[in-house]
Amino acid sequence: MFIDPHAHMVSRTTDDYEAMAAAGIVALIEPAFWVGQPRTFVGTYVDYLSSLVGWERFRAGQFGIRHYCTIGLNSKEANNEALAEGVMEWLPRFALKEGVVAIGEIGYDEQTPLEDKYFRAQLALARQLELPVMVHTPHRDKKRGTSRSMDVCEEMGLDPSWVVIDHNNEETVRETLDRGYWAGFSIYPSTKMGNARMVELLKQYGGDRIIVDSACDWGISDCLGVPKTARLALESGIAETVVRQVTYDNALAVYGKSGQMQAADWLDPAPIDQRTLFEGNSILRGGRDPLVEAPEDRRRDRLLIE
Amino acid sequence: MPVTPLKLLRDWTCRQAPDQARWLVEQYTSLGQSGNEKDLHLFLGLVPRRLGKQDLTLTPQDLAMANQSYPGWRPEGWSLDGAARITALLAFESNRPFSDTFRDLVRTADARELITLYRGLALYPRPESLTDAVGEGLRSNMRAVFESIVHGNPYPRDHFDEHRWNHMVLKALFVGSRLSPIVGLDTRVNAELATILLDYARERWAAGREVSPELWRCVGPFAERVSAYAALQRALAGVPEQRSAAVLALMAADTPRARDLLKTVPDITALVADGRLDWNHLTLKEAA
Ligand SMILES: [Zn+2]
Repeated sequence: MFIDPHAHMVSRTTDDYEAMAAAGIVALIEPAFWVGQPRTFVGTYVDYLSSLVGWERFRAGQFGIRHYCTIGLNSKEANNEALAEGVMEWLPRFALKEGVVAIGEIGYDEQTPLEDKYFRAQLALARQLELPVMVHTPHRDKKRGTSRSMDVCEEMGLDPSWVVIDHNNEETVRETLDRGYWAGFSIYPSTKMGNARMVELLKQYGGDRIIVDSACDWGISDCLGVPKTARLALESGIAETVVRQVTYDNALAVYGKSGQMQAADWLDPAPIDQRTLFEGNSILRGGRDPLVEAPEDRRRDRLLIE
Repeated sequence: MPVTPLKLLRDWTCRQAPDQARWLVEQYTSLGQSGNEKDLHLFLGLVPRRLGKQDLTLTPQDLAMANQSYPGWRPEGWSLDGAARITALLAFESNRPFSDTFRDLVRTADARELITLYRGLALYPRPESLTDAVGEGLRSNMRAVFESIVHGNPYPRDHFDEHRWNHMVLKALFVGSRLSPIVGLDTRVNAELATILLDYARERWAAGREVSPELWRCVGPFAERVSAYAALQRALAGVPEQRSAAVLALMAADTPRARDLLKTVPDITALVADGRLDWNHLTLKEAA
């Protein structure tokens, strides 16, 4: 059983959902983020947030995967002040929806004054609503941007044990852990973290407060980042307990603080959810036909489309 | 005078959540006075957190009371938090037209909220003003959202024009939803629907697929007008559910030609006459 606590499923296909379910992912968290190009109307952003709590949640349910999300204004679009002001007005309504497990992903991109303003405003909102926070750390000027993100969290009075600092690497992990935060690692080809490097980090740091995710999105990325890393780690001799911590337990522990995510959601779902959100899926009703072929194989080799 | 749906829902929700009953009553009362939408949003958000998501427990008497208070209202399969949310919407009083409030709620609703919002449709103030929002729900690809309008809900029977009604039935068949939970299914049959469904059946057969036996329920009364005998004859040669359904449809048609066809299947016709087969039981129950 795995949790992928960072996956942008609006950009992914049903093949991906199928592969994730077959690989043992039982739950995922979809952070509100940038969709690859800027939104220029508040309404488009509102509809996006609405799709995270509505349609995408349903789509995941069809494959037996529990879908949670985080709500937030991302750093890139925080730079459009008119848009940002409008979106901020809508955030509290979405943040109180069921299955919203954090405010996120928020933080810095180019570390501009506007990014700073809305990062702080959303940290205040998280405190007020008693929600955890998922922090997106910048790709450029990463080490200083990460330190600064944590400084600001503390200035805003957040408890580090309620905050996940995501997209860590070898250069940032020590400080993140030493300051008491959860350290997320996105197994994302080329730009973020590879899973062989991840295994080395697990050898060095163990599993406490470390969280592995795929961050899969509209770019070249791998929705099986979590299960693949787990397998590589086990094959490399990392203890099973550590693997379970970083691919399941830790994500549940921190995002579970929202009161909106518990193992019973997928192990023993409420009857109403089984009838509605999990319609047509038998995995949670006990016994789904084992998938004997990987979706990729089927895609290539099965000629008949019925 | 029958009890109002609001009163019933108040009682049911308080009865099932005795430790939250005081809070619920306070909230229902203040929502009826304040007219403040922020309070409404807050209440709707808090309800599942405070009440949990278990099913609403109703006795056969409760269901009978529901049907008395609004004919055709069947709150089976509702959840406790959903019932409390609908109670709040019924209790809420404001100067703003309810249809505006409703559209706004739909716009930001999560999947479970959508289901709840649509389940209460027939009970809301000025329900006819909600048709645009209902159209969105019918177009939903989330089957459970679609079914929240279509099943156990008297709204379509009371407020849909024939075109929308017919497309609702057709979509139900398309997405694999049952027809028998549709309120008013037999009273709203029409020749146009029978024609559409017959075309649909032929199209499915041409593609090598089967159709739901429930389809014949809407065809039977118009079998003569839409020339459905050949299709019904084909169904009579099908699997047991198809055979039972075709017999039921032919009995509803009640024409000389239908009676002739029924003579070819005396065994099933007898079972229907004995009440052992009907639209809710197309196969015989296993003997205990
Ligand atoms: Zn992301």
